[in-house]
Amino acid sequence: MVLAATQDDVIQTVRACGRHGVPFVARGSGTSLSGGSLPVADGVVIALSRLNRILSLDPVQRTAVVEPGVINLDVSKAAAPHGLYFAPDPSSQLICTIGGNVAFNSGGAHCLKYGMTANHVLGIRAVLADGEVVQLGGASLEGVGPDLTGLFVGCEGMFGVALEITLRLMPRPELYRTVLAAYHSLEAAGNAVSQVVASGMLPGALEIMDNLAIQAAEAAVHAGYPLDAAGLLIVELEGERIQVEAEFAALIKLIESTGPYEVRVAKDDADRARIWKGRKSAFSAVGRLSPDYIVQDGVVPRSRLGEALATIQRLSGEYGLRVANVFHAGDGNLHPLILYNGRNAGEYDRAEELAAQIMEMCIRLGGSITGEHGVGVEKRRYMPVLFSPVDLEVMAEVRRAMDPDELANRGKVLPAGDAPSLASHQPHPLEKAGIITRE
Amino acid sequence: MTATLDLLIVDSIAGVQEAVAEGGRLLPRGGGTKPATGAPPGAAAMLDLKRLTGILEYEPGEYVFTALAGTPLAEIQAELATHGQYLPFDPPLVEAGATLGGTIAAGLSGSGRQRYGGLRDFLIGARFVDGQGRLVRSGGKVVKNAAGFDLHKLLIGSLGRLAVLVEASFKVFPQPPAYATLRLQPASIEAALALMARLGAAKFDLEAIDIVANDAGNPHLLLRLGGLETTLLARMNAMSEWIGRGEILRGDEEARLWRETREFGWLPNHWQLAKAPVTPEQIPALERWLAARGAATRYISAGNLAWIGWPGGWEELSEGLRTLRLGAVTIVGTPGSLWLGTPGNMAMIARMKQALDPAGHFLDFAA
Repeated sequence: MVLAATQDDVIQTVRACGRHGVPFVARGSGTSLSGGSLPVADGVVIALSRLNRILSLDPVQRTAVVEPGVINLDVSKAAAPHGLYFAPDPSSQLICTIGGNVAFNSGGAHCLKYGMTANHVLGIRAVLADGEVVQLGGASLEGVGPDLTGLFVGCEGMFGVALEITLRLMPRPELYRTVLAAYHSLEAAGNAVSQVVASGMLPGALEIMDNLAIQAAEAAVHAGYPLDAAGLLIVELEGERIQVEAEFAALIKLIESTGPYEVRVAKDDADRARIWKGRKSAFSAVGRLSPDYIVQDGVVPRSRLGEALATIQRLSGEYGLRVANVFHAGDGNLHPLILYNGRNAGEYDRAEELAAQIMEMCIRLGGSITGEHGVGVEKRRYMPVLFSPVDLEVMAEVRRAMDPDELANRGKVLPAGDAPSLASHQPHPLEKAGIITRE
Repeated sequence: MTATLDLLIVDSIAGVQEAVAEGGRLLPRGGGTKPATGAPPGAAAMLDLKRLTGILEYEPGEYVFTALAGTPLAEIQAELATHGQYLPFDPPLVEAGATLGGTIAAGLSGSGRQRYGGLRDFLIGARFVDGQGRLVRSGGKVVKNAAGFDLHKLLIGSLGRLAVLVEASFKVFPQPPAYATLRLQPASIEAALALMARLGAAKFDLEAIDIVANDAGNPHLLLRLGGLETTLLARMNAMSEWIGRGEILRGDEEARLWRETREFGWLPNHWQLAKAPVTPEQIPALERWLAARGAATRYISAGNLAWIGWPGGWEELSEGLRTLRLGAVTIVGTPGSLWLGTPGNMAMIARMKQALDPAGHFLDFAA
C-alpha cells in the first residue's frame, strides 16, 4: 500500500510497478459499489486520499482544477461563493472522491438533464499504466481531435491514474421547486413520470421510492414521507425564478391529474433538504431491515419502468426474498435492493440468482447492467450478455494501448480478465458504521 | 456496393465492412459540407455513406433516438420537431446537408450548446467499423449507462481517421417553445468579455452567448433566451434591465440571425473556416491577431469556441495560432491541412490509431 503525498509519488509508483510487473489499484475513498477498487492479490494499492488539493478555481471560465483525492462535495463548497456548483451528485458525495467519480463515470439524481461525470470533466492529466504522463483535453468546453478525456472517464482505473482533473462548474439555479406525490400503487407513480416527461418539461430530478424504501427512510431520518404510500414520486424543477414558477404551477396541475392521494410542496430550503435527505439515505436505511443485501444498478428505457417493476415484484415473490425499490425514474436507473440473511442456508445463493434475473431483464428490455456504479468485479460476468465478443475484444485492445501489461486495476470490467480480484458481497464497512450512504 | 476508382457508395453496414476488408485506403464521407476535412486528391478512395441513412428507433418518451450515420441532420430535426424535441447541441450546417455521422466525426456543436452541453454530452452510444473491418458497439440506447469503455467518445472529432461510424444513439430534449435574443454592442472585445463574465454569475439560463467580432465596427454580444412564451418577455426584460441596455430581437428576425450563424451564412464566398477551442482569457490576444489580418470571427458558448473565417491560406493561420499556443481544425476550405497551430495530444492519438486501425486503412491524421 502506497499512501501517495504528491503526484510524483503516484507516477514513481506506477513506473516501479511497470518495471517489476506488479499490478496496482488506485483508490480514493473506496466507496465503489461494484467492487471496482478492490485490491488485487499480490498487487499494490495506491491510496490517493492525500492528493486532495483544489489547485485552482476560475469563476469566469467556470472551471476548477483538482487532484483526484478531493471529495466531491468539497468542489461545490469551494465553488459556492461564486454562485457555482459541481453537478454530479452521487449519494456518497460527502465522502467519495473526484478521482473515483472520474474512474467510474459516477452519476447521481440529476443525470437526465445534466449528464454523468463525463459531461463535467474537460481535461485530465494522468499517468498511464505504462508510466507515460499525458494531458488529455484542457480548460475549454470544446476540443479538437478524438475526445480522449471522454474515453478516459469511466475506464474504471484500467488505463492509468488521473493526477489533475479540470472540472466544469455550473451556475447554481436561482430557484428550486420540489414536490412530493404519494400514490396507492407503484404503477401510478410510474405513469405520472411518463406524463411529466411527455409534457415537455425537463425536471432536474424525477425519483420514485416504493413502500419498503419509504418505511425505512422515514424510520431513519424522519423526512415526513407519507408512510402508507405504495409509491412516492419526487419531482424537482430548477432555473430562473419566473420560468420555474410558471412551469411549477403547470406541473402541480399535471400531477394532480395523475391520481395521487397526497401532494406536498416543499415550503422552503429546509423542507427540500429533508425530502432529499430521506431519498439519499434510503439505501443504508433499507439495510437496517436486513442483515445483508445486494444493491443493483440496472437501467431500463423509461417507458419500460412499469414492466420492469412488475417483473421485480414477481421475482421477489418467486424467490421469497424482499426487494425494496428506490430509483432514478427520470433516467430509468433502477436500484433494487435484495434483502437476505446470509446466515440462512442457501439464501445468499438465491439472492444472487434473483439479482442475475433482474440484470438479464434490464438487458432484455434494451437497457444496461449499470447506470452509475460501474462494472467492477460485480457485473463482469454480465458483460458478454450486453456486448459481443468483438466489442469486448476491442475494449481490451484499447485498454492494452495504454496498459500493455494489464497492470492497472486488473481483473475488473472485462470478463476475460487476468488475475482475479478479491471479492466482497457485504455492505461496505463504512456503510455499516453509518458514515456513508448509497444512491 | 458501387465502385469507381476513387468512390465507393455503400448502403449497408455489411457494405462498409466489405469496403474496409477490400484493403484500399478509405475516407468516409457524408454530406460533404466540411470539405477541408476531406482527402487531398488521390490520397484515399471516398467511402460515400449518404445511402446508409434512416432513423432506426425514436421513442419521444425516452428522449433517445438511433440513426444510421448517413442520415441528414435535417431529417432528424424534422422528425424530432414533430414531437417538440430537438438536438440541444445545435449542430451547424443542417440546411447545407450535414449528416449525423459527419457531425460526430468533425465534432461540431453550435451556439445552442451553451444551455445543456455539446455533442459529447448527448452521444450515448454508437456502432462503428474499425480498420480490421470489425463491427464494434459501445455505449447503449439509454440516457444513463456506465457499462464498458466509452469507445464512441473516440469517434467524436476523429474525422474518419480511426474508424467508420455507422450508427449513433443520442439523448435529446424538449425544445423551448419560444426564443428571444438580446443584442448588445459593447465598445470593444474586452468590454464584451467583461459583460460576459458578469453574466456568468447571474441567474439567467441562456441558450446562447455569442460574440460576433469585427461586424461593422463594434462587436456584437448576442444573448439568447428560450422557454415558455408566457414568461419569455418578462425574463428578457429582467435581463435587459440587469445589463442596462440592449435591443430585443424576436420572431423571424431572431430566427434568421441564428440560422445564419448555424449555416455560416456570414462566411464570405471562397473564405476558409476553422474551429478553435479557446477560453475567454485567450480571446483578446487571438482577436487582435485575427482582426489585424482581416479575419471574421465568432466566439460562441461564452468564449469557448472560435469560428475563424479566414481569407488567406492555412499556413499563415496555423503559424499565428502556434505562436498563440492555440490549436484548430479546418472545416471549410482546402483539404490537406487538417489541424492548425498547436495540435492536441498527438502521441495519444497515435496510440488510438494503432489500436483501431493498425494497418492504416483509413487516412492518417496528418493528411
